[in-house]
Amino acid sequence: MAESAPLVPRPRPWSTIALAAALLLLALLPILNGLPEAHALHVSDFIVSIVGKWICYAILALAIDIAWGYAGILSLGHGAFFALGGYAMGMHLMRRIGDRGVYGHPVLPDFMVFLGYPELPWYWLGFDNFPFAMAMALLVPGALAGLVGWLAFRSRITGVYFSIITQAMTYALMLAFFRNDMGFGGNNGFTDFKDLLGVPLNTRTARAGLFYAALASLALCLLICAYVVKSKLGRVLVAVRDAESRVRFLGYNVTSYKLFVFVLSAMISGLAGALYVPLVGIINPGEFSPGNSIEAVIWVAVGGRGTLGGALLGAFSVNGVKTWLTSFAPDLWPFVLGGLFVAVTLFLPKGLVGLLRKRGS
Amino acid sequence: MKLILALVLVFAALLPARAQDAFLASLPRLGAGFAEQAAATEEMGAAGDPRALPVLQALSDGRVLRRPDGALLIQTAPGQAVEAATGATANPAGAETVRINNRVRAALRVALGRLQIVATDPDARLAAVQGVLRSRSASDIPILETALARESVPRIRAQIELALAASRLAADNPDVKRAAIAALAANGSDTARSILLESRSANPGLSDEITAAVASIDRRLALRRAGETLFQGLSLGSVLLLAALGLAVTFGVMGVINMAHGEFVMLGAYTTFLVQQACRDIPWLLPWSLPLSVPAAFLVAAAVGAVMERGLIRHLYGRPLETLLMTFGVGMMIQQAVRIAFGAQNREVLSPSWMQGTLELPGGIMVTQNRLWIIVFGIAVLLLVMAAIRYTRFGLEMRAVVQNRRIAATMGIRTGRVDALTFAFGSGIAGMAGVALSQIDNVSPNLGTGYIVDSFMVVVFGGVGSLAGTLVGAFTLGIVNKVLEPYAGAVLAKVAVLVGIMLFIQRRPKGLFALKGRAADQ
Repeated sequence: MAESAPLVPRPRPWSTIALAAALLLLALLPILNGLPEAHALHVSDFIVSIVGKWICYAILALAIDIAWGYAGILSLGHGAFFALGGYAMGMHLMRRIGDRGVYGHPVLPDFMVFLGYPELPWYWLGFDNFPFAMAMALLVPGALAGLVGWLAFRSRITGVYFSIITQAMTYALMLAFFRNDMGFGGNNGFTDFKDLLGVPLNTRTARAGLFYAALASLALCLLICAYVVKSKLGRVLVAVRDAESRVRFLGYNVTSYKLFVFVLSAMISGLAGALYVPLVGIINPGEFSPGNSIEAVIWVAVGGRGTLGGALLGAFSVNGVKTWLTSFAPDLWPFVLGGLFVAVTLFLPKGLVGLLRKRGS
Repeated sequence: MKLILALVLVFAALLPARAQDAFLASLPRLGAGFAEQAAATEEMGAAGDPRALPVLQALSDGRVLRRPDGALLIQTAPGQAVEAATGATANPAGAETVRINNRVRAALRVALGRLQIVATDPDARLAAVQGVLRSRSASDIPILETALARESVPRIRAQIELALAASRLAADNPDVKRAAIAALAANGSDTARSILLESRSANPGLSDEITAAVASIDRRLALRRAGETLFQGLSLGSVLLLAALGLAVTFGVMGVINMAHGEFVMLGAYTTFLVQQACRDIPWLLPWSLPLSVPAAFLVAAAVGAVMERGLIRHLYGRPLETLLMTFGVGMMIQQAVRIAFGAQNREVLSPSWMQGTLELPGGIMVTQNRLWIIVFGIAVLLLVMAAIRYTRFGLEMRAVVQNRRIAATMGIRTGRVDALTFAFGSGIAGMAGVALSQIDNVSPNLGTGYIVDSFMVVVFGGVGSLAGTLVGAFTLGIVNKVLEPYAGAVLAKVAVLVGIMLFIQRRPKGLFALKGRAADQ
């Protein structure tokens, strides 16, 4: 990288405290949702589910940040890992519908009955089992990232070339998943989910459960990422980001370091997707669109790449503005998002966190 | 209806008297018993007299009336009728509808099919010939022979010849059959092939001839398919070439990742639409709106590109990832601005008449004219770009800045101005690509999005910074895509191409035509 990026900023005690406090505050939301509606502190169902969605986005942002912010790997295809995790969870939810579908088939999901599948395709086997589906939500994105990363890093495809390759990857997957005969529901994707682990999805219990699952996953991923970043491995990653050739000349196997962080990042994205699908109740090939992946990258850029808190801050603030703005001026949102891309790259290279730091010092 | 009848009568007056007699002799029998009706219908169909067509049509529609005196009338509207024999207006009072049964209906279908071969409307004739082609009976031979003698439209003649050969194959005489097999082999179409295959079991004595004829058709069909695939590949390749050329300049030469490139293409397509709107009021200018759009689209996209380079990209040289994100944001805003200005629905850009229609190349290869023009246009733009870089002052300065910015600046080249011009140049090429794409794709705000990934693939595959690489890359991807399509389907072919490029980059990370020497390290 030609630009002079700073070393990893040392986390300051107050930022860790602020982060923990924010997570605890979020944890209160489902409890406040349980208060009677007339109560002043009551939080609506809408808020709980939308914040739940943002938490999933924050996990995705975290995943992008450890690859981009710390190792300099800008993937424009993280939406693909997110969507693959989502599809794994979606397949489980489809299998759990059982014979409650429109066609009432005991095994086949509605769209397969409609398309005339004689039996369940082999790759759907086992998805009725929750632990298996969750394992797939992590392993399939991990394996894809492993393959793409191995091919790319081994032949030293870096920088924008890697970005373009990953963008092509998610584009190719989008085209493939739009096909009806792939066995993934074509352009309609999966929807009409009924329940997860025996809890009907449209209940308050399910919403709170999913919210806490997402929040706990966020906390867990945050801890994992913080551990990775602080370890010697994290230091090597930063060195790779700043001067890849130099690290290679020093005798480090750069390929395996990059591969490790890229696969980890993809698995975290898969987890985010798996949590996201039951919250929104639908998954379709649109999630693979390159635009989605780039939008996720801008969350990290807005918050501040290279700081874990920045990724979370970016995901929450951009999506907050998006929800607020699209409710009354949906035509304006692309201008604001596009403007964010321009403003952040030109004026805020270190994002909101950089701005806060400057004010603080 | 009256007009047609009148025309038919004029036509009938010119026919030999004997034919008139045959028609007029058969006519009354249409009002007799079912067996007589069927026989008369068959005779009329076999005679091929055009006057029989409206009568039989009316009979089939249940509009033929019989007066108590036995004369037949054709009902033209409730309460109105004309004489079937003369076409003169007649009073339908007291006449009753002539009824038909299924046997007559079947005879009518056959007779109508035969009669329509001599209809005045070419489309009706063509449909009738195709109907006869399906029936394939030796009894059709005389009708087809008369029809062939009269026919002047080449397209319909070819169909009649095919139908004639198919009918002769059903004849009893083996020599006629052999001639038919030879004619079908010479025809060489898919239909001829299936007719031959179907006739194989019915003609055990001729199976060797038929097999040889099928084999010769197969060879020609394979050749034609290969030719058509090649053309489609070249056509897709030239679209990719146009979309990627501008990118080869901005990405390859300047190292700027312009994710708004697709939006420049889209702006070019909308410029084409606007130029056409402006030309609409001046009729003599309308056919020239497309050629006029080319410089207009170049200027519009180049102007936007120049503003973008001076205003934004200039600040981010040397930071490719940031440029990528920023230009993506700009693209998003351009797209939304166009969506608000023109609406989200597709805008129609008409093709001038000289670009419409299909062209048949030797060997029966069908190509659409607009695709052919796009290939020509793509090559022309490539040559212009190469000439601009090689022979103009601007091209020289551009190459100097790319090779060594500091020395170029020391030599008095205003590098900032060259940067702006180069970027505007690349953007302008994208705008010209938009003119071509407006002819084959929907002009909508997300027109460019569909091409951006492909364009990047072309540039990466061909080798960054090499125009020859862009050319080879675009045509290779286009042809490979079209060759794979019949086996894998359009989408999987695209996926396969993307995967193929990723694997290719394993072997040659710098693309097909990698820059060598010092410039390659940048």
